[in-house]
Amino acid sequence: MESFGYFNYWLAIVIIMIGFYGVIARRNLLKQAISLGLFQTGVFLFYVTMGVYRSPDGTSGVAPIWTDAAKTGPFDNPLPHVLMLTAIVVSVSTLAVAVAIIVSIQRKYGTIEEDEILEADKRDS
Amino acid sequence: MDIELPESIRAHLPVLVVLLPLFGGLLAMFTGLVQRGGGVIAWAWSVLTTALMLICAAAMLQQVHASPEPLVYRLGSWPEAYGIGYSVDALNAYVILVVSIIAFLTTVYAKDSVMAEIANDRHHLFYSVWLLAIAGLIGITVTGDTFNIYVLLEISSLTVYTLVALGGDRDRRALVASLKYLILGSIGATFILLGIGYLLMLTGTLNMTDMHDQLVRMREAGDLVNNRTVFVSFAFLMVGLSLKMALFPLHLWLPNAYTYAPSAVSALVAATATKVGVYMTFRFVFTIYGGVYDTSADLQLLALCACLGIVVSSLSAIRQMNVKKVLAYSSVGQIAYIVLGFSLANHAGVTASVIHIFNHAIIKGGMFMAVGAVALRTGGTKIEDFKGIGRQMPVTMAAFTVGGCGLIGVPLTSGFISKWYLVQAAMQEGYWGVAGVVLLGGVLAIIYVWRLVEIIWFGTPDDPSKRVKEAPLSMLIPMWILIGASLYFGVDATWTADSAQAAASLLLNGGHG
Repeated sequence: MESFGYFNYWLAIVIIMIGFYGVIARRNLLKQAISLGLFQTGVFLFYVTMGVYRSPDGTSGVAPIWTDAAKTGPFDNPLPHVLMLTAIVVSVSTLAVAVAIIVSIQRKYGTIEEDEILEADKRDS
Repeated sequence: MDIELPESIRAHLPVLVVLLPLFGGLLAMFTGLVQRGGGVIAWAWSVLTTALMLICAAAMLQQVHASPEPLVYRLGSWPEAYGIGYSVDALNAYVILVVSIIAFLTTVYAKDSVMAEIANDRHHLFYSVWLLAIAGLIGITVTGDTFNIYVLLEISSLTVYTLVALGGDRDRRALVASLKYLILGSIGATFILLGIGYLLMLTGTLNMTDMHDQLVRMREAGDLVNNRTVFVSFAFLMVGLSLKMALFPLHLWLPNAYTYAPSAVSALVAATATKVGVYMTFRFVFTIYGGVYDTSADLQLLALCACLGIVVSSLSAIRQMNVKKVLAYSSVGQIAYIVLGFSLANHAGVTASVIHIFNHAIIKGGMFMAVGAVALRTGGTKIEDFKGIGRQMPVTMAAFTVGGCGLIGVPLTSGFISKWYLVQAAMQEGYWGVAGVVLLGGVLAIIYVWRLVEIIWFGTPDDPSKRVKEAPLSMLIPMWILIGASLYFGVDATWTADSAQAAASLLLNGGHG
């Protein structure tokens, strides 16, 4: 059962690695940016999972809201969840800047394929 | 030099150094409402903001030296365990001062360069993003909260990507360089975020001092033996930080980003951004993991990367046909010196690192300023643009040459002081090979600097009838302040050596307080 208990962590690592692979392997700049977004999303899942409380005997925590259940029993750690709100904002801003730069590249080069851009640069110099 | 500030301001210095450029940056945007001359108002506003920030930073350093304990500032009066605490000690007060000095001088310098290189309707936005970048860099240095580091790191990075991309008005390659920087930078920052996540899992806190205390407690309870979480967090952090400080072989984003960025941006970023990356590494390696986790094997790996970096990047610098690219590759090498220093993990080594943070910042800042002045007058930074330029712009090129001597490490320049400490540190450990690499790096630096100096002073211009004027005073003064400082601190290194030694003792003695 233990490996199943880490299911979310496995999933997070898989998502991170798929995104990472995409950033490295894709030659299209927009696809790189999308992969970068996926890469960061995996980290959000990692953090959100970290905050969930699961005791060794199997009881899980409740949402950290001021209810009777949370007052008496174990509750999930809200801190990593809140951190991820900030990280999501950061990730969206990163993508926004990336897409803005990609749009300018399209305007100046007429392409967003990395190979064609490199070739155009070689012709210039 | 004593700075007297009213008590109401003195109590808030740690937060003021961040808030000044942050709000200054947001307000600078409104100068776009002015129909004509908004760019000049934005520039004057930025100079004012960075000048006030510099005063605060200098006063803060005094305050830190006067008190035995680090200054702690709790935002919103929340205890550090819950809220965000800023904490300033001998190390970061020094780095903040370095960043503030460079920020102020490059802002003064930026006026003519930005006028020439950035489209007129974007000046207010340029200065807005510029100040935000400075706010991010200072914020990273002042904060004592790891997640806060990540957020401010992203603020400074996103703004720097934008600033680099603004070079696209002149050369479209800036856009590609900026996007590459963005992708690698974001990967680095995300790795840092993952590393912080693992640390949070272990310790349940984000505050650095608290993290360290928890780790000490866990080690005493025997929980850290073969603990893979500590190992993984350290690995993620080191890879992320190495990307951010452009340690060889993770430096690939740097040369193009520095080369195609607008001149003023190159000067600011080359002098500060990677240094702040090094500062973060100090904090993680010494303040959080210091005395808890055995970092010696990892530090040896860093030392190896640094040694390779010094040699390979210097060899690359020799072959470049663009002067800015020569300087950019030389920056990769100089960062490697800084990393090499602290990876020896002895007192002299860390001192050498901290000294070189300052020395390299002033030398490289000054040299990028000189190149920017040539770009303003001749319109390019290729080797051909520099042929015989020494006779037409003697003051600028004298600064460039003195800076080059600093890169080599000629005695009487501050570069010599750093190398001296570095070689001493290597010998203390008995690493003769490392000392040899440092000296070899100096020899290679002679080659790439001499190649430029020869073209500048003895070359004949392709078009002898073309006359260019000397750079304007607003560029020459900041340039010569930096280069003059590199000469001054090469002769009298008391201030830098004392500050660096205080910081080194602090880092090696458990890293705090």
